[in-house]
Amino acid sequence: MSDAATQSVPNPATSTDAKPIPVTVLTGYLGAGKTTLLNRILSENHGQKYAVIVNEFGEIGIDNDLIVESDEEIYEMNNGCVCCTVRGDLIRVVEGLMRRPGRFDAIIVETTGLADPAPVAQTFFMDEDVRSKTQLDAVVALVDAKHLPLRLKDSREAEDQIAFADVVILNKTDLVDEAELRKIEATVRAINPSARIHRAERAKIDVTQVLNRAAFDLQRALESDPHFLDQKDHDHDHDHVCGPDCDHDHHDHAHHDHDHHGHEHHGHDHHGHDHHHHGEASDIHDATVQSVSLRAGSMDPKKFFPWIEKITQMDGPNILRLKGIIAFEGDEDRYVIQGIHMLIEGDHQRAWKDGEKRESRIVFIGRELDREKLERTFLACQAG
Amino acid sequence: MPTVAPLDLDGYCVAARFVSGIPTFAMADGTVHRLYHGHKTVAAHDGLLVATLTGDAKALLTGGEDGKVSRISATGEIETLAEIGRKWIGQIASGPQGVIGFSSGRTAYVRLADGTLKEIACERTVEGIAFAPKGLRVALARYNGVTLVWAGMDSKPAELEWKGSHTGITFSPDGKYLVTTMQEQALHGWRMSDLHDMRMSGYPAKVKSLSWSFKGKWLASSGAPAAIVWPFVGKDGPMGKPPLELGTRGDALVTVVACHPAQDVVAIGFNDGMILAARMEDGKEVLLRRPGKGALSSLDWSRDGHQLVFGSEAGDCGVVDITA
Repeated sequence: MSDAATQSVPNPATSTDAKPIPVTVLTGYLGAGKTTLLNRILSENHGQKYAVIVNEFGEIGIDNDLIVESDEEIYEMNNGCVCCTVRGDLIRVVEGLMRRPGRFDAIIVETTGLADPAPVAQTFFMDEDVRSKTQLDAVVALVDAKHLPLRLKDSREAEDQIAFADVVILNKTDLVDEAELRKIEATVRAINPSARIHRAERAKIDVTQVLNRAAFDLQRALESDPHFLDQKDHDHDHDHVCGPDCDHDHHDHAHHDHDHHGHEHHGHDHHGHDHHHHGEASDIHDATVQSVSLRAGSMDPKKFFPWIEKITQMDGPNILRLKGIIAFEGDEDRYVIQGIHMLIEGDHQRAWKDGEKRESRIVFIGRELDREKLERTFLACQAG
Repeated sequence: MPTVAPLDLDGYCVAARFVSGIPTFAMADGTVHRLYHGHKTVAAHDGLLVATLTGDAKALLTGGEDGKVSRISATGEIETLAEIGRKWIGQIASGPQGVIGFSSGRTAYVRLADGTLKEIACERTVEGIAFAPKGLRVALARYNGVTLVWAGMDSKPAELEWKGSHTGITFSPDGKYLVTTMQEQALHGWRMSDLHDMRMSGYPAKVKSLSWSFKGKWLASSGAPAAIVWPFVGKDGPMGKPPLELGTRGDALVTVVACHPAQDVVAIGFNDGMILAARMEDGKEVLLRRPGKGALSSLDWSRDGHQLVFGSEAGDCGVVDITA
């Protein structure tokens, strides 16, 4: 075929279509309460209609025509990359659903207890048809507060689900005491410093905390999360007492001075590095997943882009998620970036505000991450 | 100059076909519309997912979100052929001797003309079904290849392996070639005599529509700014030969193709609703329809090749008469 065929083709007929349908991916180990949450979402009167894609009709008792059963089919893309996987069945089901888009406002994908969330999420980036009609909204992980320590000991999947999540719902909080809960929250935080954590009993949670989060929308994701990567704040959560129904955003700590030295009055020494919190949770967190959070000044785009390309190409299989806000030298706009394994996407988001500290922040969540190398090479991308 | 008789319907057109010569439109909402002494409508499914013509072109076969497989006659009578429960019917195909194939998830079904239903359990989701032109051999496209089953017998299936996800499948009219569409924006083919592999790649988009020319000399495909038409003559088929690129446009993508029933001509539907016809011999093009409301989703010729029925994702359907 000619060269012309290798170029992407403008798609005038679909580019004017209505705005993409948000998709929420619901993960959680067997027994974590996914079905309870789904039943709650489907039965509550919130004025929204959902199409739900499940692996088995099973326990969902709600009479809803838009519950679709679909066999999980993980497809490796034939491009030589082992982590480029998609859910083949989802491509078909989403395509079918989107032929009658007026029936629902959003799609929820429930995964099996042992599912790896990456292929599900990647489907919404890698398949052009799915991508043109839908927008991945957030990956939500339900965690059984009582059984999480055990799960983390015996399953890599439970850890992956937390590592991958934008929102973690700590469910069954009535089965553990406050001290245990804090420990479990610290464990979740140690695996995934950028997720929002909510506590719930019997999956009772305000659905607005779960749905329509726009966690993958580069324009909104980090905007709605002004304290992104201010992990030092989380470390101080232990002097805040959450009630069982507390839905407060744990990022919303009162102290969020962008100058991290401003926190030293807490008597802790957290100079912007997050590896300290492993200590607190280590006795129940048999962690193979770790996070590396980095900060630097303004970046040189000529250094940063080749670096992020190379890092994700080389370490992609080990990188579950990455998120970052980058300040480029001489650029008036914030640049936001996110990734799943080797897939990365970035865009200018908005202008830096007056008084906003122009710094670059990035977090990698994954396995066998070489913190020293990441930090050294990230810092080397700084301008000047 | 061709004339277009429009039929504006609601929603996505899954299949536009001539059923016993009557323009018939199967829509995603489950309604089936016919143009026969006016506009007639029947409700076939709650959500229609797939549709195809029977082998004799006298009825439309449909599968729905309701787990039903139906046959809709030229006069609009609906007969339910199978019901498999709440699961979606993913694929449907017609074969020789009134045989029908359909699938749901990892199960393929072959329904013989006498109503006998044979179930084929697969390890992977059935992504495409095609019958060989002779005998009761059914090919099932799946992840990493194709499974070939003799529907009348309990013999062990033959497996053709090729890495990647195969999303659609077709036999050449003479049965010598089997071609699949792939998630990876390519076609894969097997020469049935020796199972030699053929790779046809370079598409900028997924190929969703394939159509063999009337003698099987050409295979037209969508997925590019032109209809990509591969030569299947000589013993090596398309190997080592470039495809024809017909109806090339700079600003649009071909979404559906349909070869003429009696000439080496292909009707080409674009994502802006335009339809062109192009001749394989010299690439000469004729405009059959100007751009419309949505991407063309289905095209089919009448048996005599005088008319073309079309449907779009936005519901602007119709019939083109090329003799007018």
